[in-house]
Amino acid sequence: MHRTGALYGQFKTLEQQKDTATLGMWIFLVTEVMFFGGIMLAYTINRHTYFHAFAMGSNTLSLGLGGFNTVVLLASSFTMAMAVWSAQTSRKKLITLFLSLTILLGFVFFGVKYVEYAQKFHHHLVPGKNFDIFYCVNNPAKCDDIDAADMAKEKEEIEAAAKADPDLNAHAQLYYSAYFGMTGLHALHMVIGAGLLFWLLKESVAGKFNAEWNNPVDIVGLYWHFVDIVWIYLFPLLYLIDRHK
Amino acid sequence: MYLAIITTLLILTGLTVGAAFVNLGRFNIVVALLIATVKATLVVLIFMHAKYAPERTKLVIIAGVFWLALLLFMTLSDYASRVDYRGVRYPMTQIISNTIEQRG
Amino acid sequence: MRTQTTGPALQLPEKHYLNATYGIRSWLLTTDHKRIALLYLASVTFFFFIGGFFAMMIRLHLLTPNGLLLTPDMYNRMFTMHGVAMVFFFLIPSIPAVLGNFLIPLMVGAKDLAFPKINLLSWYIYVVGGLFTLWSMVNGGLDTGWTFYTPFSTLYSNSAVAPAVVGVFITGFSSILTGLNFLVTVHTMRAPGMTWFRLPLFVWAHYATSIVMILGTPVIAITLGLAAMERVFGLGFFNPAMGGDPILFQHLFWFYSHPAVYIMILPAMGVISELIPTFARKRLFGYHFVAAASLAIAVIGFLVWTHHMFLTGQSTYAAVAFSFLTFIVAIPSAIKTFNWTATLFGGSISFDTPMLYAFGFLGLFLIGGLTGLFLGALGVDINIHDTYFVVAHFHYIMVGGAVMGYLGGLHFWWPKITGRMYPEWLARIAAFILFIGFNFTFFPQFILGIMGMPRRYHMYPPEFQIYNVMSTAGASILAIGYLLPMVYLTWAAFYGKVAGENPWPSTGLEWKTQSPPLTENFEETPVVTWEAYDFHNRPDLGLDVPSGKGSPVVAPAHGDD
Repeated sequence: MHRTGALYGQFKTLEQQKDTATLGMWIFLVTEVMFFGGIMLAYTINRHTYFHAFAMGSNTLSLGLGGFNTVVLLASSFTMAMAVWSAQTSRKKLITLFLSLTILLGFVFFGVKYVEYAQKFHHHLVPGKNFDIFYCVNNPAKCDDIDAADMAKEKEEIEAAAKADPDLNAHAQLYYSAYFGMTGLHALHMVIGAGLLFWLLKESVAGKFNAEWNNPVDIVGLYWHFVDIVWIYLFPLLYLIDRHK
Repeated sequence: MYLAIITTLLILTGLTVGAAFVNLGRFNIVVALLIATVKATLVVLIFMHAKYAPERTKLVIIAGVFWLALLLFMTLSDYASRVDYRGVRYPMTQIISNTIEQRG
Repeated sequence: MRTQTTGPALQLPEKHYLNATYGIRSWLLTTDHKRIALLYLASVTFFFFIGGFFAMMIRLHLLTPNGLLLTPDMYNRMFTMHGVAMVFFFLIPSIPAVLGNFLIPLMVGAKDLAFPKINLLSWYIYVVGGLFTLWSMVNGGLDTGWTFYTPFSTLYSNSAVAPAVVGVFITGFSSILTGLNFLVTVHTMRAPGMTWFRLPLFVWAHYATSIVMILGTPVIAITLGLAAMERVFGLGFFNPAMGGDPILFQHLFWFYSHPAVYIMILPAMGVISELIPTFARKRLFGYHFVAAASLAIAVIGFLVWTHHMFLTGQSTYAAVAFSFLTFIVAIPSAIKTFNWTATLFGGSISFDTPMLYAFGFLGLFLIGGLTGLFLGALGVDINIHDTYFVVAHFHYIMVGGAVMGYLGGLHFWWPKITGRMYPEWLARIAAFILFIGFNFTFFPQFILGIMGMPRRYHMYPPEFQIYNVMSTAGASILAIGYLLPMVYLTWAAFYGKVAGENPWPSTGLEWKTQSPPLTENFEETPVVTWEAYDFHNRPDLGLDVPSGKGSPVVAPAHGDD
């Protein structure tokens, strides 16, 4: 089917094309909701069954880094919405600016995630053969990035948790499986989103988007906002379990 | 308009972190999920333009959320109604077990 | 166009989608939904042979009580791979990807689907997933059962679980993209005048199927993803030794796999809804109810999955709730069956091959569906769960129902797809052979189930042998019933009698364009001013419509069939 300008051959009007593409993206996002929903179910069942292990696991995560990442993603949603607005009002330079900002914020998120993952690896908290929730408490010298006060607190928490749950290590591994599974899946979606944003950036630099035709910006925006919404839920579920102790 | 929303989202984030430090027992998770849902709703309605979208889009969104709820609640209902499965007592099974014990 | 009885032979149109462009690249890089449908036809037929081969191994092995053909391990691999190939790579794609892809744009009056490139991508995804699974089949096979229950599949199985699971995971996306394409096409690409309630019920059925594909397939994707992670990285969600829960796997698996069976049957029901009005020359009885029933099946089908888990230690309360819901989901299917039957009443019925398949469907689906109710009844299920009763039940629906619908549809639309008719008498004989073979294969299995023969066992007590032998004998007849259409449909595609635009005649929009259609489907966008299945107000069909109210439309004469 042949393409005339922006209009693909199977469509009659640009309006129909826009309508179709937007509906397609929304339906795709529903499939993503169900996709993440499956792992959320696994998380929910296990959190209920092994609350102490999950609380322990959550407390080893850095609230600062997690909170910072939440702010970063929310900001990136804002810049993305601004990019869509710029496209709708034909402000071509602003489209490029806001898309670049969104990509930048995305990379900041990746950077922080990398730091967090590296830390987990260092502390033997990656599920698998080397997993050991007690590693840092037993070897404080090896986990030198935790300061003394935090280490003392962690020791106290882990002893209480181990008393409540004799199988703490195995169950904590379930928490980390959920953590890596959910954040890993989320990060994968962000990488795809970043790829899409780079493509949009290229097109916006070439001046393709204006008030008449801005549908691609719109749909990638929908996808990016969805990825943000997943994080909005992941943050409290993973980072904020039982923090009040 | 978007500025107002992003500000609200940031405030809500702060709120949810703060609420995590208050001991509400079983309700911590409820509060956290509630705040997250408010944030998500704002993003969907305003950033994703769902407020101004055709009825069909709204139906798609509601269907998605409803199906997720189906998955979660119906599975949890099976777990919740199992009596003493893996040593875990859900509130409902406590009632069932008590009833069984009472009747002898 | 009136069915030609005498007169000069018809000619194929000069330009159509098959000769529009030549060369392998024009096929492998096509975005034409009709060519993609044929690509799918080739691939699903390939996997049908694979699944059929494993079925043959199962039935041969079960000829004797002590199983002389295969070791127990090998037998496990046979039934597993039969299930995986047939369910994921044949049944789920068959009607939607072949007939749906071909017909939906034609039926709604569009030039193509909403997302033609995504359509092509979905085929490639299917092929890649299939390759992974084939890799698994030749590199150790798969012995976990098509249900991949944990912890056997994740921890203890010595077969190639990971590649198979990855293969099914990937193919799931093919399903999702197809469903997405259909949903959006029906919403935004209908021709002027094609309102929702003028759509053919085939389209409604695929709409409902697409809803199921969209909402269910992602769940099995994540489930198999987690299972693969567990197998490869040792995670622990489903491993009791690490605090994991096999029941969680079952919940996640069946949340998709039960609606998946509706993905398999709804399109077949859609085909039947096209065949019966055409060959009874009568408007479908209760159009709105049948459309609503399709949607109802899709929705309620998501509420019943736990009936596969009645014997997992559920509480009576949950079991009763799900048993009740299982009974409820039968109601829309019953409404449809009653409506199809009511359509026949007072109609002008002819027994062309597609109609024979439709009749076969009606009877066999009825039996399959009713036996589902037996299984949904808690007390009965305790005794027949995991026996051959279950095997017979689902084969009646999937083979007696879905595959009959698929074959009936292939025959019905073959003139549209290829421009040529298949040989009618040979086709009728093949349909009879298939029907007889099918019943000989699977009816004894109901008896075996009641007598207590468990499924997935490589051996059985000697008193069951007579039924097993009957079943295997039936299977060989059934195989002939499948091979015949494969041969003559292929022959007919090249040498069959040229069919013309509307050989039956039927009322759908797809019959108002040349056979085979142009690449763009219609010369100009059609404007629809008639209701669906309206035989009385379609003079263009050339049927003899008596003026008396209530008199049936006269079926056209059959000439040199």
